[in-house]
Amino acid sequence: MSDRSQTRKAPGELLLSLRGISKNFGAVSALTDIDLDIHAGEVVALVGDNGAGKSTLVKVLAGVHQASSGSIEFQGKPVTMASPAAALQLGIATVFQDLALCENLDVVANIFLGQELNPLRLDEVAMEVRAWTLLNELAARIPSVREPIASLSGGQRQTVAIARSLLLNPKIIMLDEPTAALGVAQTAEVLNLVERVRDKGLGVIMISHNMEDVRAVADRIVVLRLGRNNGVFTPDASNQELVGAITGATDNAVSRRADRLREAAGEAI
Amino acid sequence: MSQQLDRADARVSHATGLSGTIKAFLDRVKSGDLGSLPVVVGLAIIWTVFTVLNPIFLSPNNLVNLLFDCSTTGVIALGIVCVLMLGEIDLSVGSMSGVGSAMIGVLWVNQGVPLPVAIGTAVALGALIGAVYATLRNRLGMPSFVSTLSGLLALLGLQLYMLGATGSINLPYGSKMVEFGQLMILPAWMSYTLALIPGIVMLVVGRSTNARRRAANLSAGSSTGLILKAVFTTIALLAIVFYLSLGRGVPWMFALFVALVLAMNYALTRTQWGRSMKAVGGNAEAARRAGINVRGIYISAFMLCSALAALGGVLSAARLASSSQQAGTGDVNLNAIAAAVIGGTSLFGGRGTAFSALLGIIVIQSIANGLTLLNLNSSLRYMITGAVLAIAVIVDSLARQSRASHGRG
Repeated sequence: MSDRSQTRKAPGELLLSLRGISKNFGAVSALTDIDLDIHAGEVVALVGDNGAGKSTLVKVLAGVHQASSGSIEFQGKPVTMASPAAALQLGIATVFQDLALCENLDVVANIFLGQELNPLRLDEVAMEVRAWTLLNELAARIPSVREPIASLSGGQRQTVAIARSLLLNPKIIMLDEPTAALGVAQTAEVLNLVERVRDKGLGVIMISHNMEDVRAVADRIVVLRLGRNNGVFTPDASNQELVGAITGATDNAVSRRADRLREAAGEAI
Repeated sequence: MSQQLDRADARVSHATGLSGTIKAFLDRVKSGDLGSLPVVVGLAIIWTVFTVLNPIFLSPNNLVNLLFDCSTTGVIALGIVCVLMLGEIDLSVGSMSGVGSAMIGVLWVNQGVPLPVAIGTAVALGALIGAVYATLRNRLGMPSFVSTLSGLLALLGLQLYMLGATGSINLPYGSKMVEFGQLMILPAWMSYTLALIPGIVMLVVGRSTNARRRAANLSAGSSTGLILKAVFTTIALLAIVFYLSLGRGVPWMFALFVALVLAMNYALTRTQWGRSMKAVGGNAEAARRAGINVRGIYISAFMLCSALAALGGVLSAARLASSSQQAGTGDVNLNAIAAAVIGGTSLFGGRGTAFSALLGIIVIQSIANGLTLLNLNSSLRYMITGAVLAIAVIVDSLARQSRASHGRG
């Protein structure tokens, strides 16, 4: 842990800054007064229990939902994101939880889906070269870009989804539970990818329920609870602190006493 | 030589040389990526059986007739390929072709409208009906199965209404229209020239692609393989033209059909529209998130399908020299759909080629033609065509399962 924090660079330019973002669905406030900053070259993990508002926040940033109040600044300029296309144009790319790939198409076709080069006479050679370049930048291990997606493993599909989000040179990439439903080795691969994307100087927002994954790559951990900010932590924060912030069982006399007793028992043994 | 971009991964075996190409082909087939193989094998069996039973089947002039018959329903099947690609269906193509046929009779023969205008109106009406189906699906969520089923009845009614009490309008014999449907044959020099073109295009495009791939540091196919393929294609096409020229030759109408197939093939494989069609057929939600206009794709496919159905009706009017109440009824509908499926277009969407319409309709017309030569009536023809369709769907279904278990989507 300690040597990793030494290699970590100081955060870069402030890319995205949310102030007082709220989102109401009728009488329900899904988000209340959310503040969030994303810098270039940093990984921000968004954690919280089910219903904490993580996905709503991601959807606001992806242009799927519009915030009810609050301001969003992108690279210092106030912006509104009226549609997913607007968010993409600003340079905010999203990798959705269900990967949204077409299994019957090959890797190249999926990466370029909707963005094909030369629409009336597809430039397959240029697309294939660009696909390989993207995948190589991620040091991805895709055996062949001319095989249908159906033949790839879960981790490889996640790689393709991430490569696709990088196609339009975004500034920020949001990953909604990128390691859910992945095996141990594949999870490690995806975490490697996240680090490589960060090293390319992009801001990364990662949603995850897995504290281990979050700790492994995040520079900051932002906890949401019931639609509100509930603390920002470093990866060095103890599991207890994090879980406490997530579940709302914050530091109180009862938990402190329980800790002390447990520690005492540990020393006795 | 530096490592090629797409050959860096040691885990993947790459086909090299002729034996490698053959092995790769066999592996693909084994994993269920059958392509046109089942229909080609099926066609060989059907032709062998009919030739043994009655040698006239394989006579040049019978084959020329076969090609005339293929063209009308084949054009309709080409439209069906478009909607099947999206995992949708159009059950009304038969009635639509009947309306197209009736439009020619009413507008051209009865009202004296110039022929091109009459044909254009018929095709435009088809496109309009297709747009209605797509809108019902997009806006109201009406399954195409139901909307086109009601369309089948409504269009049949329209056809009967247009033809009125007489029930049938004869097209003037000796007119260009009827000659096109029954007599017009490509001049020999032209059919031989056209037969040379695919091989030349294959060679030129293939060489430039290979050169570009090498320049981009990607693996490229061998030029020997390319030349072999081009030469083989050219010889096969020349042989077909030569054999047909022993009889009357290649019909203009069939040439039109093949031209439409080639245009559709280009659109489906080489344009953004075709890529989007496959994407929507494979996973509509993924396509939507990738920014594809999914509704637009549905509209284009249904419009194209109904417009081609109307054009097929126009051709059948020319073929039969009449617009009658019978046009487009009976087995036209199911033959067109069956042709697309027999040719290898999947009912499950996302998989299919324009050539499946060509191959499939040849299978269906061969059965019809062969049984007619054997003096067997339509009862047996329906049963056999039904059995072939069932086999085709079973092959499609099994191949799909095999592809899934071999991870080929």
